This record gives sequence, C-alpha cells and structure tokens, in this order.
Amino acid sequence: MKTILVGIKRAVDYNVRVRVKSDGTGVETDGVKMSINPFDEIALEEALRLKEAGRTEEVVVISVGPSEAQQQLRTGLAMGADRAILIESDDAPQPLTLARAFLKLVEKENAGLVLLGKQSIDSDNNQTGQMLAALWGRPQATSASGIEVDGDTARVTREVDAGLEVVDIDLPGVITADLRLNTPRYVKLPDIMKAKKKPLETMSLADLGVEAGGDIVSSAFAPPEERSKGVIVEDVAGLVGALKEKGLL
Amino acid sequence: MAKILIIAEHDGSTLNPSAAKSVACAADISDAEIDVLVLAADGESVASQAAEIAGVSRVLVANNAANEPALAVVHAPQVVAAASGYSHVFGPSTTWGKDLMPRVAALLSVNQISDIMAVLGSHEFRRPIYAGNAIVTVTAPAESVVVATVRTASYKSAGGGNSAAVESLELDVELPTHTRFVELQSGSSDRPDLQTAARVVSGGRALGSAEDFEIIYKLADKLGAGVGASRAAVDAGYVPNEMQVGQTGKIIAPELYVAIGISGAIQHLTGIKDAGTIVAINKDSEAPIFEVADIGLVADLFDAVPELEAKL
Ligand SMILES: Cc1cc2nc3c(=O)[nH]c(=O)nc-3n(C[C@H](O)[C@H](O)[C@H](O)COP(=O)(O)OP(=O)(O)OC[C@H]3O[C@@H](n4cnc5c(N)ncnc54)[C@H](O)[C@@H]3O)c2cc1C
Repeated sequence: MKTILVGIKRAVDYNVRVRVKSDGTGVETDGVKMSINPFDEIALEEALRLKEAGRTEEVVVISVGPSEAQQQLRTGLAMGADRAILIESDDAPQPLTLARAFLKLVEKENAGLVLLGKQSIDSDNNQTGQMLAALWGRPQATSASGIEVDGDTARVTREVDAGLEVVDIDLPGVITADLRLNTPRYVKLPDIMKAKKKPLETMSLADLGVEAGGDIVSSAFAPPEERSKGVIVEDVAGLVGALKEKGLL
Repeated sequence: MAKILIIAEHDGSTLNPSAAKSVACAADISDAEIDVLVLAADGESVASQAAEIAGVSRVLVANNAANEPALAVVHAPQVVAAASGYSHVFGPSTTWGKDLMPRVAALLSVNQISDIMAVLGSHEFRRPIYAGNAIVTVTAPAESVVVATVRTASYKSAGGGNSAAVESLELDVELPTHTRFVELQSGSSDRPDLQTAARVVSGGRALGSAEDFEIIYKLADKLGAGVGASRAAVDAGYVPNEMQVGQTGKIIAPELYVAIGISGAIQHLTGIKDAGTIVAINKDSEAPIFEVADIGLVADLFDAVPELEAKL
C-alpha cells in the first residue's frame, strides 16, 4: 500500500499521578509531563515495522490537538514516520469529531490502513477507531496484539475477554493497538535532529470541512472515593485471623 | 419516558452476566422501559435467559447465521436498525461491547458515553477517566439518542424470576463480508470466571515463571477463587492475556481480592477498586499496593503463600 496513517494523541504521561483540581473544574495539567499516548506509540511502531517489511511506502502521523501537539508529532517523526499532519484544535475534540477529521485525511491521503491506539489514557474512551471504521464503512480490528499484512488483507489477533480472537479483514481498514502488539523503539539523538527537517503540515478542522458538535459535556470532576486505611498483619497466622474476622474464611 | 435497548452479549448458548448488570444500570433511569436485543444464529435459549432478568419488558431476537461468531461490523448495522424509537442504547464495557457500541454510536451520528458507573439522570452519568484517577460527570445532548457502555463492576446484577415477552425481529439490513472470523484461542479453565468470581487471587511479576505461578493456582483452588494477574505477569508469559486485571485488562469487583507479588501500579489498581476486601502480600513494605490493601502482609511470597495455603 502507499500510505499508513497513524493517529497520535498528546496525553499526560502515564507515569504522572493525575490529580483533580480542588475546584472540580478538571484535572491538574499545568507543568505536567506530556507524551504520546502509549497505545498510539505502539500503533506507530507497528506501522514503522510494516514499512520496514515493505508493506507500505510511507507512514504519516496525524494528530488533532493544540499546537503543542507538534512536539509529539516530532517525536513520531524521530521514531521514523515520514510526514506529520496536525489539525489544530484548542478544545479536546471528541471521538466522533476525531473520526470525521481522520476520515477526511484518509480520503485525502488515500490511506490503505489506519493504525490507532485502542484508547487514550486520559479520556479512556476507546471509541475513535471504531467510529472511523463505521463512518468509512470499512473493517475494524480493535485491541490488536498481532498483525500480519498480506496483500489486500490483514490477519489480526485481538485481545478479548475470552482469550485471543483471530480475524481476517480486507483492506483498507482500521486497526487499534493493544499493549502487547510490540515494544516501541527508543528515539536516538541524530533521529531527533533529522526529524526537524521532515514535513509537518498544519490545518484546521474547518479546512477539512469538519464541524464539531453533539458533544458530551463534562462538568464536575471529583477524585475517586478513597478506600479506608487497612491493617498490616505480622504473619500468615495474623492474615488468616484477619480474614476470619471479616467473615471471609 | 426512557425507552432503553440493551444489547446482550452471549456465546451462542449462554447469556453473559454483563447483561443483567446493564439492566441494573438502565433501571436506575427513572420511568424506564427496558428491552433486550439478542443477535444470534439461533437465539431462543439466550433469549429465554434474558427474559428472566427482573425489569425487562421485552426480549427481541434477531436470528441470522452471520451473527455468530460475533463480529462488531456485522452486529452494528442490525443494532442501528433495531434501535429506532429508543432513547437509549446500552451495551456492556466488555471487550465485545467496547468493540461494538462505538461503531453503533457513529452510525447514529452521536458520541458515546463509555463506562457508566452511576446514573444521575436520563442524560447525566458519572464515569471514570485517567485510569480511575478522576470521576467526571457527563451530560449527553438532550435531543439525541444516548449510546453508552456500562462499567459492569459498578453494578450488582438485576434479579431473576421475570418472564418477559420474547419476540422475534426481522432486520432487513445489508451485512458486510469484509471481516471474517478465523478462530478463538482460549485457555479452558474449570476455575471460577475472573469477571464474576466472588474471590480472586492474582499474581504479579514476582512469581518469576509460569512454573512458579502454580502456587497462585493452588491457593486459588483452596479458596474457590478465580485467578488474575498483573500486566507484567502476562507480558512475561507466565499466564495468558485474558487473566490481566486493570485499566487495559478486566475491571473486577470480587468480595475478596488477593494481590501477590504485585506492586500496585495505578493501572492495576483501577481494575480492583470496587473489590470488597483487598489483601496484599508483598516483600516491600513501601509498595503502593499497601495504600489500598485492607489487610497487608509484608513477606516473601514463596514462604507466605504455601504457608497460607496449608493453613486453609
Ligand atoms: C497504558 C498502560 C496500561 C497498563 N495497563 C495495565 C493493566 O491493565 N494491568 C496491570 O496490572 N498493569 C498495567 N500496566 C502496567 C503497570 O504500570 C505496571 O507496570 C504493572 O502493573 C506491574 O506489574 P507487577 O506489579 O506484577 O510488577 P512490579 O511492578 O515489578 O511489581 C512486582 C512486585 O513484587 C514484589 N516482590 C518481588 N519479589 C517478591 C517476593 N519474593 N515476595 C513478595 N513480593 C515480591 C515487589 O516488591 C514488587 O512490588 C499498564 C501500563 C501502561 C503504561
């Protein structure tokens, strides 16, 4: 195929302990480390491996987000993507809007495959890939832990509640990455320098003719309920005693 | 009045327990009429199980050989056709529901609410974000259909004893052939199902190997418990993926959860925070798992676990 599109979201780094703002208007993001959403990084790694195996001519990283998302796209270019497209948007667009925007890029770029993370670790929605596939009228293979592309089809292993499900999909289509699909490569310094020269195009949702709307409104944010403090027992006998006390043995 | 359609997960013969939990969530919406949709090859038996769930008005069965094995791309257009006239369409937040429901939502041109953990009103819900580090109140647009998944760990199953009407449904929609099921690789186990077990024992990276993970199974069998694992234990190949508990694995709510050799990373904790009692065995007294454990034992698991098993 000619092009694989990979969606990349700028998200709070997974090591950050996220805190809700005291006034309940959101979570604290000031001065917090931002990274590529880990599932998206895995999606990108898979696309790069497919390119190295001669399955695609190019890999294009795409993102919808604030202008700072250029940093994450540059990281994607440093990992090995050929080009980047940023659709600038101040507020966090919702999955349906993302899917509509991605579909426009799919058509524009004539993509043979779109690889996305199965969910982002901030909004935890797990929707965008399925929505893109629906609007596109094409196959979806979500939560992938294995992908083999063979001409116009892909055999995808999916992590499901019952185990591993294997499906064949006709391309073009959408695949979303799960954690065990691969381990992303480390970016080396010379690659970061090289990435600065790679093309990064910016546009707006309006340029693509996409209107946001029908959004789900988030209002009050609250920290989760704390569990009450437990006890530390001395030994196994103490553990058995504590379990009996709770009526669990 | 709210007209709610619940899409039922099943394996062809048995209704998934998530259906009764989705009904329990739907029943929290005031003045709700709740129907269940069964998409199957031959759904009579599954439909009669669904008809027993308290609070269900009607069970609609759409039979089609293409419905099994279940593929989201095949189910989605049928759900859309069946959803006409409903104000809400709910599925479970299982891997099946997560695959299907966003596809349905997009075909209905609405955003989806993922992982409902509480109902505040017909269009207002609470859901977890940031791996459960924050709980947000969300409101869906008043005029459009609400498509959502239900975080099953937040709900107790609706009761039984009902005998709702079962009706068959003809759905005249074109089904795609671009996606084909090949196989399901599934470790068969006689142990209680992780997602519904009253007790769960999980092992982490500290177990060190598939062979040594045996002591977890032994303890679980003594307790009549299901067995889970941390991501690290799955990644290392000690156990298969379907045993992973956490943000990207299973979200569970057993009465008793025993975490052995698991550090307690936030992504793991989000999967167990609805557990009744959490027990942690870890040799590091500073491990974050002790911050959430109701009963903690600081010990080497290779000493403590066999000793515990022997004492039961
Ligand atoms: C996007 C994302 C999603 C993730 N999703 C999940 C998920 O769904 N589920 C999940 O579990 N993780 C998930 N993780 C991974 C998570 O961050 C942790 O890396 C993982 O949970 C660690 O597993 P562990 O506790 O077994 O291993 P470790 O963190 O290595 O902990 C091992 C523990 O064993 C203890 N120990 C060692 N030897 C002994 C001994 N002999 N006796 C007693 N104790 C001992 C140590 O003190 C330590 O606390 C995710 C990560 C990311 C980035």
